[in-house]
Amino acid sequence: MDAKDILGLPKTPLAITQEKKTRPQRDSQRKPDGIAREVYALTGGLAPLMPSIDASELKRRPPSSEKITWQWLPFPRSALKDNLQLYHWVRVVNGVPPAGDYSFAKYNKSVEVIRYTDEEYEKYLSDPAWTKEETDRLFDLCEQFDLRFIIIADRLLTLRTVEELKDRYYSVSRAILSSRASSSGEVAGHPLVKEPYNVSQETERKRALSMVLSQTRHQERKDAEVLAEAKRITESRMAARVAEEPNLPVTLDICPESTERDIVLGDTISPPNVQVPSAAVASSTTMMADNTSTLASLRMLWVHLRTYALEQMVQAASSSAGLRTIKRVEQALQDLGVDLKPKVPTKAVCAEHLELRKEILTLLNLQKQKSYLAVDQDRTFVPDTISFGGDRLGKREQKRKGPGRASETPSSPAHKRPRKLKASDL
Amino acid sequence: MPHTAIEAQAEDGGSASKPQRIIKLGKTSDDIDKKSTNRRVKDVEICVPIVYGTIAFYLGRKASESQSHKWTVYVRGATNEDLGAVIKHVVFQLHPSFNNPTRIVESPPFELSECGWGEFEIGISLFFHSDVCDKQLDLYHHLKLYPEDESGPQSTKKPVVVESYNEIVFPDPSECFFARVQNHPAVLVPRLPAGFSLPAPVPLENMNENGRGDTKDHPLSQWFMNFSEADELLKLAAARQQVQAHIVKLRRQLSAIDGMPQPLKPASSYECT
Repeated sequence: MDAKDILGLPKTPLAITQEKKTRPQRDSQRKPDGIAREVYALTGGLAPLMPSIDASELKRRPPSSEKITWQWLPFPRSALKDNLQLYHWVRVVNGVPPAGDYSFAKYNKSVEVIRYTDEEYEKYLSDPAWTKEETDRLFDLCEQFDLRFIIIADRLLTLRTVEELKDRYYSVSRAILSSRASSSGEVAGHPLVKEPYNVSQETERKRALSMVLSQTRHQERKDAEVLAEAKRITESRMAARVAEEPNLPVTLDICPESTERDIVLGDTISPPNVQVPSAAVASSTTMMADNTSTLASLRMLWVHLRTYALEQMVQAASSSAGLRTIKRVEQALQDLGVDLKPKVPTKAVCAEHLELRKEILTLLNLQKQKSYLAVDQDRTFVPDTISFGGDRLGKREQKRKGPGRASETPSSPAHKRPRKLKASDL
Repeated sequence: MPHTAIEAQAEDGGSASKPQRIIKLGKTSDDIDKKSTNRRVKDVEICVPIVYGTIAFYLGRKASESQSHKWTVYVRGATNEDLGAVIKHVVFQLHPSFNNPTRIVESPPFELSECGWGEFEIGISLFFHSDVCDKQLDLYHHLKLYPEDESGPQSTKKPVVVESYNEIVFPDPSECFFARVQNHPAVLVPRLPAGFSLPAPVPLENMNENGRGDTKDHPLSQWFMNFSEADELLKLAAARQQVQAHIVKLRRQLSAIDGMPQPLKPASSYECT
């Protein structure tokens, strides 16, 4: 219908008359008052379950009993301290302007800056680094600018840092307060007295903050990496020390962070230095250092079980290996008929067990190396008869290679399950 | 007496034993005199092999709903020697459904017998003498009442035995402890180099006065399992041999590959899909 309207095509006479009759009815049904039809269509063409706006409300006019005018009136006196006269529009009801104070005047607060007398200055407040004029000027500015020290620092003609200004202001205020109080107990609760301003701490804090904020994304990532590394190391140490000294983990946590922070600082000055600390951190996770650190952590415990010691050493030895490798080591142990946890864990047995695990790791690494080299060079070799763990390797290799590649897997694909090592395999 | 012994040692510090011995002050929070100037033997560990576990008998005709089995949980020396020289007391933590589930056994043999129907995890906490270790050692053992094979009715004669072998290791033991147990049958003490002098052994305050603490003639000793490290060692040695042989073979192969000429490489990478 609308399309025809748009096109300007004549409608059929019958339809026209019908539409003319029905349209007003339907229109009033379809379209509620007060909302445009298109807007109504946004709701899906259906009325909402709960009427959001009462349509009758929209056309309501304020009660006509009151007479509202708007007048251009000056601000009440209390709103402004000086003689400046400002004006604004005020809603006047029945000729009566709103009573009372300017409604926002109550927010016009100011800081109470304590002013000293000259005698007080002589007695308590003289300081070698500050002249009386400067201190006076400082206090004037504090009052004028409501302790906005950054502005005050700009206004003072002498070059002082914000921290110095704050220090002077707060120490003077404290001295005055405590001298004016009849007893020290009276002012002990006053915030100025309770929490003294610590210049060095503030300077340090701001320096650290600016350092953090100015870190580039690259540095941030490096930071995160090193922290994660340090966290891992401290956690592995903490596990051993947890029963012993509860204080120790806290300091351990703080120390790496602060040292890493310093290392990152060095970063901004000379990038090559980064390699050294990260290398130092990384080297501690090599197997050698791991072993000694495990031993050291075991010694920290006053008593432990042999099986626990073995677990720690095994974990340390396989710290560089992924989960899959660890599973393969365990599979290899099972194939060899060795229990994953020895039934008679004496010192000798545990040592042998650990060595066996390390050797299996070496073997797996060698196998991996060989498969990489073979993939590179596209050679076919006499199938290897290393069956324990070899089947898995074979299957994975097949997945990695292209379709037309000659297979050099250790065993035929039919061997889905690794078989036990036989004497003939050697 | 300990004081003088220690002073004497400080004087003959010039002997070859010096690198091994460090003067490490023990915990000063203790009031015991010996502890405050206790020295430790460094780079040495004392090892106490133990076996702990449960033996459970089915009660047969005498069984009731709530008490179908009679079981014993214990900690014994691996060679059935007396552990009283090392362990002061043992605390067995039973299932809360038992009366007084925390049972303390003050003297060897460290065991506890009970009747019940259910399997649960028993907590075994070993507390050592003051010169041995201040910290307790916690073990856990699952009480097994029902045999693996469910074939037929349970026998009242043959119990269900589950034992675990383990060794308690004391790294850097105190000299007192070392001296006291260096000839004790339950404890494995490494030999010290010659010239190493220890204080004279001081016997413990409350040694086990009532009877023996060893379990050699224990009524249940016929069920004790035998743990021989020889079998494990043999198995491990065989396994290591195999692995080492494979490693050698692989290494040979790898070096052969590396020795091969490289010119084929570009061609292979072209073929590579």
